[in-house]
Amino acid sequence: MSTTTDAARVILDPTAERTPAVREAVARPSSLDGLDLALLDISKARGDVFLNRLEELFSERGAKVKRYSKPTFTKPAPLDLRKEIARECSAVVEALAD
Amino acid sequence: MAMLEGTSRAPDEIVAVVPPDLVECTVEKVAINAVMAGCRPDYLPVVLAALEAVCTDEFNMHGLLATTMSVGPVLVVNGPIRRSLGMNSDINCFGQGNRANATIGRALQLVIRNVGGGRPGGVDRAVFGNPGKLGFCFAEDEEGSPWGPLSADLGGEAGRDAVTIFPGEGPRTIVDQLSRDPESLSRTFAVNLRALYHPKMVIAFDCLLAISPEHSRVFSQAGWSKEQMVARVCELLQIPMEELKRGAGGIAEGMPENIPAPSLPKFKPGGLLVVHCGGSAGLFSAAIPGWVGGAVGSQPVTKEIRS
Repeated sequence: MSTTTDAARVILDPTAERTPAVREAVARPSSLDGLDLALLDISKARGDVFLNRLEELFSERGAKVKRYSKPTFTKPAPLDLRKEIARECSAVVEALAD
Repeated sequence: MAMLEGTSRAPDEIVAVVPPDLVECTVEKVAINAVMAGCRPDYLPVVLAALEAVCTDEFNMHGLLATTMSVGPVLVVNGPIRRSLGMNSDINCFGQGNRANATIGRALQLVIRNVGGGRPGGVDRAVFGNPGKLGFCFAEDEEGSPWGPLSADLGGEAGRDAVTIFPGEGPRTIVDQLSRDPESLSRTFAVNLRALYHPKMVIAFDCLLAISPEHSRVFSQAGWSKEQMVARVCELLQIPMEELKRGAGGIAEGMPENIPAPSLPKFKPGGLLVVHCGGSAGLFSAAIPGWVGGAVGSQPVTKEIRS
């Protein structure tokens, strides 16, 4: 707990007192040709419509598209799913819709 | 330091892992935020229990923050602690004028913001939000209720101190000053509840129905239990697919046409909850619409309040 004190007062910090880790974004792929590309559907209505079209467009440009989906749009993607995507693909497009 | 005297729990005890940043939050951090909210030390156990409740997978506080909908945690307090804290379950129970009601919900929101990192425009993406996201907390009128408490409907024990967290919007008043029989008043509830979010949207959203003394009396004088009332309202809210499907009524919004059922219920089983509160004059009730219910969304959670 961080505190600031002087003779008269104590100041307490209401926050988590954390400094977020800063991560460098990986370099953008130089080409889509042969790229293992993940399309992550967050399971919202009509997300599949948008992702189906993206799959067509990416495939035309040579990317190898793999599809993934979250169990529910209301919760963060499970850790195992995130690891699976990171293991199998070089880039990911996460999409919602409505 | 005085705030920490409100609980027997150690200042460095971890209360919960608070989303969205998934931060381990100590009793002391909760106490600091409770001071900022204006709590008295004896409110602290309620704030701690509320934080435990929202930081469960069932309640899914992360989702509640991240959604574009307007919901936030709604706190309902049951048990003798309502009276010892001087909480309001009576006139203006959702409004201003009572310190415990005003500050307990506020303290919870400050912990989520300050410790968990859940800020509007960050993970909180609500299109509108609602005034209850400043803090929405009230007590149930157990003494005046003809029925058992909300906490008991959700696995708690009647007569024990408990806080229930419901993922809810702001309340909207239901007016019926003429019904004197339970069938008529059930029908009033049904037509009003059907419109929540959209008259053609069903099953997805739960609701907390706050019934005032003058309305509950209509049911109790006819010998209706809470379960009977809920069952009748839900029966009236079994809606034909013809009215619900997309395009029906000239409205694009609605349920997908490929659902084979001839009708669908507005609320899933257990999706309509009831709490008894409000002033004793006024033939009103209030609907507090919920959010995506069930395991895929957010479920109400009841936690016992420990000293």
